[in-house]
Amino acid sequence: MSWLIKSSIGRKFVQSISGLFLILFLLFHMSMNLVLLFSYEAYDFLANEILGANWWAIVGTGVIGAGFVIHVIWGIILTLQNQKARGKEKYASSSKTETAWSSQNMFVLGLFVLLFLLTHLFQFWYQMQFKELLMIDGARHDSAQLVAEVFSNIWIVIFYLLAFTALWFHLTHGFWSALHSAGLNNGVWMKRIKVLGNVVSTIICLGFIIVPIAVYLGYSNLLG
Amino acid sequence: MDKDINIKVKVWRQNGPKEKGHFETYPLEHISQGSSFLEMLDILNEKLINEGKEPVVFDHDCREGICGMCSLYINGHPHGPDEGITTCQLHMRRFNDGDTITVEPWRSAGFPIIKDLMVDRMAFDKIMQAGGYVSVNTGGVPDANAIPIPRDDAEMAMDAAACIGCGACVAACKNGSAMLFVSAKVSQFALLPQGRIERKRRAKAMVAKMDELGFGNCTNTGACEVECPKNISITNIARLNREFLKAKFAD
Repeated sequence: MSWLIKSSIGRKFVQSISGLFLILFLLFHMSMNLVLLFSYEAYDFLANEILGANWWAIVGTGVIGAGFVIHVIWGIILTLQNQKARGKEKYASSSKTETAWSSQNMFVLGLFVLLFLLTHLFQFWYQMQFKELLMIDGARHDSAQLVAEVFSNIWIVIFYLLAFTALWFHLTHGFWSALHSAGLNNGVWMKRIKVLGNVVSTIICLGFIIVPIAVYLGYSNLLG
Repeated sequence: MDKDINIKVKVWRQNGPKEKGHFETYPLEHISQGSSFLEMLDILNEKLINEGKEPVVFDHDCREGICGMCSLYINGHPHGPDEGITTCQLHMRRFNDGDTITVEPWRSAGFPIIKDLMVDRMAFDKIMQAGGYVSVNTGGVPDANAIPIPRDDAEMAMDAAACIGCGACVAACKNGSAMLFVSAKVSQFALLPQGRIERKRRAKAMVAKMDELGFGNCTNTGACEVECPKNISITNIARLNREFLKAKFAD
């Protein structure tokens, strides 16, 4: 299986499959979040009983974490190789070829999403599952309350908004590109896949961002 | 109506593969808009020779858009600002009086500069040698219609075979990737019954050679497709990915 790292298409295939896996994870994560908009108790129950520090949640976290690590490492390898393949001399007249902005900036968009991810992990995952696992004092079990506290700060809400805008651009190129790299595309499906990618990216980003905004605007108070 | 224009040509000059290059700007007067871009360079070279200077080295051959020999990165576009044509098919009527035209060689690690605007595109020949052919036994000529081929397949194969191997895809790609070229060459055989027998070996060998020669990884940006003088579609790249992955999983 060394071709997954040694050949260019193999590397792209790894990036494609890990990316698609992370999109599935995003959809799963988003549907959990949306529960908060309906019930505090249900959200706390999900966070503590279903996810919490159970063995399946720990295994799941490990698998998802591995997905991220692979996607990031392969992304860095690919970007470095591509810069090398481009050569040292740059065009003086710069490229005027019309291409999608997001497709030219996947690495930068990815870096910003990664920065967001680390902040986000510290704000929630570290306070809940990690502290509980390592028996650190102050592990939080009142998940909904924690969410309300974090999103009472306007700057954090704005940061989340920016991060999901970056993610939207990353996904609009990433979705169809992942299928293309896996060989699942042709002249007929190209447009359909691109539209589907835009729909999935928009659903994901709206689904995520609606929670911080609603919480900041005081929606959570309504639930008591 | 075509008229005569006065222009400046900013050309990349580089003495050899290891030398440091620089831009040189030459003014040219009374260039007919009816002349082709390469004729304009011929006029420039004649002027340089008369002045006792080194002429600008650039690749060209058939000058009718089918040999794939001409290159040139003109004003930010491989093969110039027009779509679907090669540099030799570009005419001076695309430029206006007083313009400064920037002319650069293809820039990519896979295509080292030989001199001035000429680059070494032997890498493409090496990729073709690795698997871009169909092995046939010599003997009697088979009947033309002995192997039926669906019309759509024949059309797609012909569209892929339109690739002239000029390297504009590599020049346009931010990753210096040769995927559009390799995918067109793999597709023109993979779509036809005659090419299917060797499809696995071909996809693996050509991709391995492409990687070995230092071309980059495709990120599906699509710049190649936009700049390709023969309008080769990036759906060929999806087919190449499919061919390669199928061959690897079959191992």
